[in-house]
Amino acid sequence: MSILNKHDKLERNGFLLLILIIVVVSVAHMFEIVPLFRKETTIEPVEGVRPYTPLELTGKNIYIREGCYTCHSQQIRPLRDEVERYGHYSLAAESIYDHPFQWGSKRTGPDLARVGGKYSNEWQVQHLIAPRSLVPESIMPNYSFLMDKEVDAGEMHKHLSTLAKLGVPYSEDMIENAYKDVFAQVNPDSEAAEALIERYGENVNIANFDGDNQKVTEMDALVAYLQLLGTMVNFEDFKPELLENQGGS
Amino acid sequence: MQTSDSPIYNDKIVKYFAIATLFWGIAGFLVGVLIAFQMAFPILNLEPYLTFGRLRPLHTSAVIFAFGGNALLGTSYYVVQRTCRTTLWSPSLSSFTFWGYNFFIVIAGLGYLFGVTQSKEYAEPEWYADLWLTIVWVAYLIVFMMTLRQRKEPHIYVANWFYLAFIITVAILHLGNGVALPIDLFSTKSYPVWAGVQSAMIQWWYAHNAVGFFLTAGFLGMMYYFVPKRAERPVYSYRLSIVHFWSLIFIYMWAGPHHLHYTALPDWAQTLGMTFSIMLWMPSWGGMINGMMTLSGAWHKLREDPVLRFMIIALSFYGMSTFEGPLMSIKTVNALSHYTDWTIGHVHSGALGWVAFITFGALYYLIPRLWNQRLFSMRLVNMHLWIATIGIVVYICAMWISGIMQGLMWRDYDEMGFLQYSFVETVQAMHPFYVLRGIGGLLFLIGALIMVYNVYMTIKGVRRDEPEYEAALNAGWKGVTA
Repeated sequence: MSILNKHDKLERNGFLLLILIIVVVSVAHMFEIVPLFRKETTIEPVEGVRPYTPLELTGKNIYIREGCYTCHSQQIRPLRDEVERYGHYSLAAESIYDHPFQWGSKRTGPDLARVGGKYSNEWQVQHLIAPRSLVPESIMPNYSFLMDKEVDAGEMHKHLSTLAKLGVPYSEDMIENAYKDVFAQVNPDSEAAEALIERYGENVNIANFDGDNQKVTEMDALVAYLQLLGTMVNFEDFKPELLENQGGS
Repeated sequence: MQTSDSPIYNDKIVKYFAIATLFWGIAGFLVGVLIAFQMAFPILNLEPYLTFGRLRPLHTSAVIFAFGGNALLGTSYYVVQRTCRTTLWSPSLSSFTFWGYNFFIVIAGLGYLFGVTQSKEYAEPEWYADLWLTIVWVAYLIVFMMTLRQRKEPHIYVANWFYLAFIITVAILHLGNGVALPIDLFSTKSYPVWAGVQSAMIQWWYAHNAVGFFLTAGFLGMMYYFVPKRAERPVYSYRLSIVHFWSLIFIYMWAGPHHLHYTALPDWAQTLGMTFSIMLWMPSWGGMINGMMTLSGAWHKLREDPVLRFMIIALSFYGMSTFEGPLMSIKTVNALSHYTDWTIGHVHSGALGWVAFITFGALYYLIPRLWNQRLFSMRLVNMHLWIATIGIVVYICAMWISGIMQGLMWRDYDEMGFLQYSFVETVQAMHPFYVLRGIGGLLFLIGALIMVYNVYMTIKGVRRDEPEYEAALNAGWKGVTA
């Protein structure tokens, strides 16, 4: 069979074999990955979606550090029971600024895509300190040490400017005030808090999240992040049919 | 067997890799057992360093990259030398790949405990570890290609096609998925270049093909050498090896989206992923068939040789997992299975049943040859086989039951039309299966410890008289010159 003869040539030439392997394995991404970057299939931002504030970003990085994604997903599927349990299915636009995405792949614990606002700050804090004190059947580990660790905000501007380089719309103003904004978000009714709202919008939770106003702790950061999740888009107003990129995707 | 006109093979490096494989295997299985029991008994979480979230990537990296990686590098060096009838190109560069690769593992693993992670599954190491790995991997590709180039045997044996595909494709995947911008040169923290939907697609393009090329193509390379050698039979079909090789490496690369069914990934991508995943069943079973049918005329050897049994059971689990995978890639099935323990069951039937078992078989074949010692005890090999297989079956059954149960409970409605179960009620229902799964994993670990003992005694030169296994014990050792 002549195909076998041609293959024999390949088996006698290591370089040719290598090249052909590279060609063959490189086909798929042209169909599955490249189109995701084209304008027609690019996700357009939905109103309300904004970059994370410095405190929320700190919280997100704690979420990543502690491996929360290994037990919790953040992606609600358009399935009836799921939407009923967790809220509106997740939009692509809602994770547009997530470097990397946090959709998760396992629900040892519940999905957190719209956990923002579901529980009070006090509940979140107590639950993170000792999950079983509120939910006896829970198998989640304790994270009490977060109450003791102060946030190190010294490099905050570097985080924002790096993300800005990657396309997240952090303005110069936001980057310059990154350090201040960390403290602003735990001081409601302060001038700094007003400046924070001016920079990021009305939809910023400002509160003494962990109940301890002596310092900004990692607990503050993580709770600030959790309380934001899923709250950016106003689903009372949201109409999928009005999105520009609807149809065909 | 080294005759007077065969080259002096570099087996020293293979020995190092073999020991490293066993060491990391025990480490990885041990962490696996710990995290399994943490899910059953959360008090076993010790904050801040030893919580499930920080330990899980330690387990996955240890078993895939440390155990699996050392097994692949070591056996690929052994196989490429012998099938090319030439010694390894550059002893110093190959030595660098051993120390460099294991250094990567140590810095990645230590990092996780301290919270240094990119949170991308099976790509958790941060940018500086990724950079180092790139350097080591380029060295590995060079050693492998140059060894092929200086071959005395004009024809490149099939095992090497698979090893080569594994090496180059892993490089492509690593580079594509790993691009990240550190916040500064002295920080461990970086932000991956991709975001949102694109980052999801690229991550699962990477991770599924880590399975396809690291855990499948690489180990098929291993299988294609060690099964015919142990069975003393040629590979069943040359034509089949060609057809399934090219179709496997082509189709695998499309399967990624089946990890993202019903997410915000566009529908067309999900459909492509599903369709190609289903097609993937064929080339996968091509590999299974080719391996198993190599025993034609030698099936009786299974009665007498537990090492060959490891290899054939590995191929059976490979077949099972590569049927289950396409099944779970169907959107309707996936709507139930996604996020549940069924995925975990699937992973472990492939990882323990296929990857680990073919590695054990290859090592039991290799170690007597490398150290020129008769294997200490074939009865212990058989004991390992039974305990580990029972462990795997307990593990996967527990996860099938808990996974499907979870999926069904999450979507259950009562007669009034309300959701029947709160989330925590489903967690409660999982508990006995978490315990069972831990027991399954523990059995698997015990089997591996038996292997370590057996290997230790073998290297020391101790022998046992086991008349029922005399042939198998001598087959692995007879003819190797001092």
